[in-house]
Amino acid sequence: MIHMKIVVDTGTDSAAGMTANRQSAEPCRQTSSDATTNGTIKMPSSQISTVAIEKSYRKAEHKISVLRGVEISVRKGEFLSIVGQSGCGKSTLLHLLGLLDPPDVGEVLLDGERIDDLPAKTRDQLRNRVFGFIFQFYHLLPELNLLENVTVPLMIRHTLLEFWQKRREVRQQAREIIAKVGLGHRLMHKPSELSGGELQRAAIARALIANPDILLADEPTGNLDAETGQDILDLLISLNEQDRLTIIMVTHDESIARQAHRIVRLHEGRIQTVHKDGSQR
Amino acid sequence: MYKLLLCLRYLRSRYIALASIISVMLGVATMIVVNSVMAGFSTEMRERIHGLLADIVVETSSLDGRPDAAGHMAMVQQVAGKYVEAMTTTVEVYGMLSFQYHGEWITRPVTLIGIKPHEKAKVGPLIDFLQSYKPTIVDGKIVRPAERSADELPSWKLTTSAQENQKLWNERQQMLVESFSDLDGDDPSSPEQPAPNSEQNDLDPSQPVPDVNPFDAVSFDDAKETNESSEGFLYVGLGLISFPYEDKQGQVQTMMMVQPGETVAVSTVRASRPPEATHFNATVVDLFKTGMSEYDSNLVFCNLEYLQKVRGMIDPTSRVGNITSIQIKLKDFADAEQVVEQLQSIFPPGIYTVKTWEQKQGPLLAAVEIESAILNVLLFLIIAVAGFGILAIFYMIVVEKTRDIGILKALGASSAGVMSIFLSYGLALGVVGSGVGVIIGLLFVKYINVIESWISWLTGRDVFPETIYYFPEIPTAVHPAMVIWVSAGAMTIAVLASILPARRAARLHPVESLRFE
Repeated sequence: MIHMKIVVDTGTDSAAGMTANRQSAEPCRQTSSDATTNGTIKMPSSQISTVAIEKSYRKAEHKISVLRGVEISVRKGEFLSIVGQSGCGKSTLLHLLGLLDPPDVGEVLLDGERIDDLPAKTRDQLRNRVFGFIFQFYHLLPELNLLENVTVPLMIRHTLLEFWQKRREVRQQAREIIAKVGLGHRLMHKPSELSGGELQRAAIARALIANPDILLADEPTGNLDAETGQDILDLLISLNEQDRLTIIMVTHDESIARQAHRIVRLHEGRIQTVHKDGSQR
Repeated sequence: MYKLLLCLRYLRSRYIALASIISVMLGVATMIVVNSVMAGFSTEMRERIHGLLADIVVETSSLDGRPDAAGHMAMVQQVAGKYVEAMTTTVEVYGMLSFQYHGEWITRPVTLIGIKPHEKAKVGPLIDFLQSYKPTIVDGKIVRPAERSADELPSWKLTTSAQENQKLWNERQQMLVESFSDLDGDDPSSPEQPAPNSEQNDLDPSQPVPDVNPFDAVSFDDAKETNESSEGFLYVGLGLISFPYEDKQGQVQTMMMVQPGETVAVSTVRASRPPEATHFNATVVDLFKTGMSEYDSNLVFCNLEYLQKVRGMIDPTSRVGNITSIQIKLKDFADAEQVVEQLQSIFPPGIYTVKTWEQKQGPLLAAVEIESAILNVLLFLIIAVAGFGILAIFYMIVVEKTRDIGILKALGASSAGVMSIFLSYGLALGVVGSGVGVIIGLLFVKYINVIESWISWLTGRDVFPETIYYFPEIPTAVHPAMVIWVSAGAMTIAVLASILPARRAARLHPVESLRFE
């Protein structure tokens, strides 16, 4: 039932822009439209998914396999958490999903189209427009104040001239989003003057200003105490519920993970179990 | 946009980058100062070398010269008349200058040049060098105003003070003659010397006392004209008849051995075969100082007609004197080479040589040019060293900023964008460094003499002694093109030095840089 809905929802602006850069998108699209015209929906249409991705790193002469054929599929508006022990490859999976790293084998699909082999420039634009990132260590730029930090994605998106023309609009937008994450009184503070919880809220504001389709959170509560962590999680949940934002969150904290719609458990580079929604594999 | 913002923020917050800015700044400032001083030296040098030389000189190979000055000038006028502003004919010959100082005869080798002063003044800056046109200055105060006004043409007329000197000198000589009257004729020069001067003495009462009066000058010149061929008059280089010494306060003073108005003996060679020596007495009318010791301690100007007469260069039948060179001043020195070529076609080589003043002083000018070229290469290496400083510091900053680069890439910044942050950072360092460097350099150049005296005071020794460098002040000349080239060069080096670190930053893998803690 939900799947039908998602087919309708997909095809956002950014995805449409992306298809222009890709010819191989055509046959892929062809098959999905065939499937719908036949009336039998065999493959659940998902917003972002991976097909048998493998990834390994070289350390000196040893080849360390991190991901060994992971298939994962996330629908629009879903809140998914990925759990697992340290070194199980959950962060790597998130990086692959967010195009920060290319997979050795396999594909990353966004709205049914392969995105991991796009030209670098297109991938940069996808990172800027489709994905929002939140990191465990917040990763704000220390030289910039909160307002500037939050506007960085828009600075990257626009040229100098465009940004100058839109500067009021952008600043207004940034103020609203900062107010939304509850930091309205901290606009001009440098990251060094903010607490951990505030930093993470700022990072979320920065991810939101780009108006992303998918929020990728790498241990967003990992460096916070339980109470602050819960605050951050509540914020994420409300974003997911109110704005229908797809959230993929990596965590090793079971109590945090349990609050998501679905949990994917990674073990030694493979998906071990799937909770709640079930029936992934 | 983020590139600019981050670049500016890094500029403000990275104090280590200040080190690169300072190194660029020092390099640029040093280059500007040294180049300005070098340029000042070389223009001053050129001016001094040019000094008494005319733009183009046509010389005969023989010291005996060629007859028909008017004919030669007409030839020049015909071939290159449109380029010529003024010309004069002269006689150049070697000779000796002898004078008595503290009872001893001092003899100096000289180059004797017969000139017509009013014509010579038109082909070169003669008036600028003659001492009677300058006020006497002691300790920055004018103790005696200039004895001749600047609009008075130079002539062989004595100034008032020279006349007084002459009178004193004559009295002294008279006393000597009287005291030696018992030893009749033991010194051949003594009885001779007063002889021409007694003529001069006879003339003295006829001279109006304020003889700078232009109205009187005309009538007086006529009287002078007849006199000029019968008597020798000289402009003597200051270096020939004076020597510098340090007084008790350590100030450099010039001790004069001969004053204007006094009589000296000149020996030279007659234009006859075989050449025979000849000598004559001449009155020193004026002294000149060009600042170029080659001229100041070598040249003696003499009245042309008298020199021609003494050397036997006047044709007994036609009464026309031989000349050895024509000095030409051009309207525009840029035409010099063309004019030289044209003149060479009518004055056959072997008998005449035609040269510009630059060609005459070629080796000296070339030495100055080579010196400044080598200095520039060396100084540019200083900025190159600053460039390597930027390279090292930027590498450090890239390492320090690894995480931030990862964040920017995760937020969608392209590799080219990250690279351009560091390239524009390098450019910004170059711009700020060379901007401040230019300001400091120009200020230093402007106040270089104040700084020099300050350092002299601080160290207790004269940094720029006039006795060695011949310049009372450090000469400087700022060429805007030089300033632009230096700062553009510094900026280029700064950008070039930041290419390597910028490429490294661009190639950083986002995941690895995010993992970097």
